[in-house]
Amino acid sequence: MKKNIYLDYAATTPVDPRVLKSMFPYFSLRFGNTASGHNLGREAAIILDRSRQEIADFINAEKKEIYFTGSATESNNLVLKGIAFANRTKKNHLIVSEIEHDCILESSRWLQKQGFKITFLPVDRYGLVSLEDLEKAMTPQTALVSIIHGNNEIGTVQDIASIGRLCRERKIYFHTDASQSFGKISIDVRRDFIDLLTASSHKIYGPKGAALLFVRSGTAIEPILHGGGHENRLRSSTVNLPAVVGFAKAVEILKKEGKEEDKRLTRLRDYLINAILKNIKGTHLNGHPKKRLNNNINISFASVEGESLMIELDLHNILVSTGSACSSNTLMPSHVLMAIGLKPEEAHGSLRISLGRFTKKSDLDYFIKILPKIVDRLRQISPFKI
Amino acid sequence: MTGNTFYSDKTLEHFRNPHNYGEIKNADGIGSAGNIVCGDVMSLYLVVKKNKGKEVIKEVKFKTYGCAAAIATSSAITDLVKGKTIDEALRISKKDIVDFLAGLPPIKIHCSLLAVDALGEAIFQYLVSRKRPVPEILAKKHERIEREKKEINERYKKWMQVKGK
Repeated sequence: MKKNIYLDYAATTPVDPRVLKSMFPYFSLRFGNTASGHNLGREAAIILDRSRQEIADFINAEKKEIYFTGSATESNNLVLKGIAFANRTKKNHLIVSEIEHDCILESSRWLQKQGFKITFLPVDRYGLVSLEDLEKAMTPQTALVSIIHGNNEIGTVQDIASIGRLCRERKIYFHTDASQSFGKISIDVRRDFIDLLTASSHKIYGPKGAALLFVRSGTAIEPILHGGGHENRLRSSTVNLPAVVGFAKAVEILKKEGKEEDKRLTRLRDYLINAILKNIKGTHLNGHPKKRLNNNINISFASVEGESLMIELDLHNILVSTGSACSSNTLMPSHVLMAIGLKPEEAHGSLRISLGRFTKKSDLDYFIKILPKIVDRLRQISPFKI
Repeated sequence: MTGNTFYSDKTLEHFRNPHNYGEIKNADGIGSAGNIVCGDVMSLYLVVKKNKGKEVIKEVKFKTYGCAAAIATSSAITDLVKGKTIDEALRISKKDIVDFLAGLPPIKIHCSLLAVDALGEAIFQYLVSRKRPVPEILAKKHERIEREKKEINERYKKWMQVKGK
């Protein structure tokens, strides 16, 4: 089989070999349950504690403010439902943006059914939330504002410090879903006025099955999983220690290499954006040109449908993703692309290309050699002219 | 071919090397189906010739904007109708196309309707332009497609108004 050129790092990342190595001892040798009182359990608890500290330091949090969960989806569910229910006697209103991940939007819709009021905040054509709109949407009943940091589809990065400051002034909890930005953009939960933050291991070369929720001390939040009282009673479930160890190792690597990698990825990203826009007619960049995740490229191709582009690239062993309806289960184009005001044909014709640690310039050169031919071929079949 | 388990090899083959794509100038019948809101649009062109008293589809071409399945089903229907009489062509079903392509993923089955609809519309237009009687089932189908087009245009207009605020 031909080697894949993987350009879908926003979907998931491979586990870094150093991370994998760090996890090995915790499967069969040091396999103890962190809640057990014997020496294997105590050893596991110490390792868990160390991992928590490693990650807390990375975002300037206290160790006890980091809660491990099984996925970013779980963390986001916990935030919305946990904050809503813990504060419902005084406040019953939540604000989220229209370009949140489905797990935030679906949790919000579920809460709506339970009687909570939700504001879905629109964004501008770059995908940016306006502080003015946000302020207008706030009421004395608002318990939580949840705004995604770096958008998973179009890469737009919000000014979370300003949003956080506004929320703090109004005594409203501020949550940011940093699943895509964690490790790519410096986050300091004190400096940025963040009360709650979601991050995920498998987006930063750690294993799947581990994520975190930062909860600032003193925040009123209810658990959604009840049981043995793990994670300071907020998330009952036996701790997935090998995954957490891997998560912490992935963070340790980012501390050392993140800055250099940021420069390299930004260069590669801009190189590819320019190459596509220059070499292929009828293309435009979705999302903000500058306020953008260092690895995200999202481009619409006129007169070509995104799923067919993706499938043909796949046949060339180039792996990307699309916001087209035909690739989704709902047969609707991406809600993010619709929220930034794209026409249906622009949304259907979009590709998301996301770079990562193992992306080389030669991969991008190969991609940019193949792509115009594929676009041309599909345009010949298309009834639309560009 | 690589191991794309989502589509059958036959579907991928028709997607990569579609048969009979393009336009026919002075076609006897042109039909279109689908809409840009849902992300697939197909036009189908027919040339009909008399052969031993029967009307046979002599030439057929298509143009399609859509996913890999939409392009493959477009190619498939051109293979299926070429050389068939009008009556035979009208009997081609979604299932015939799916079978011809050795199966489609469940979520993509609706793409085969796009091809059947475009063919029906082309035959409808052919019959109407020659002031010939249209079979009731085809007339009904035409009404449904027109109705759907109208509904989607309305939805599209509303949507663009909301977004253009």
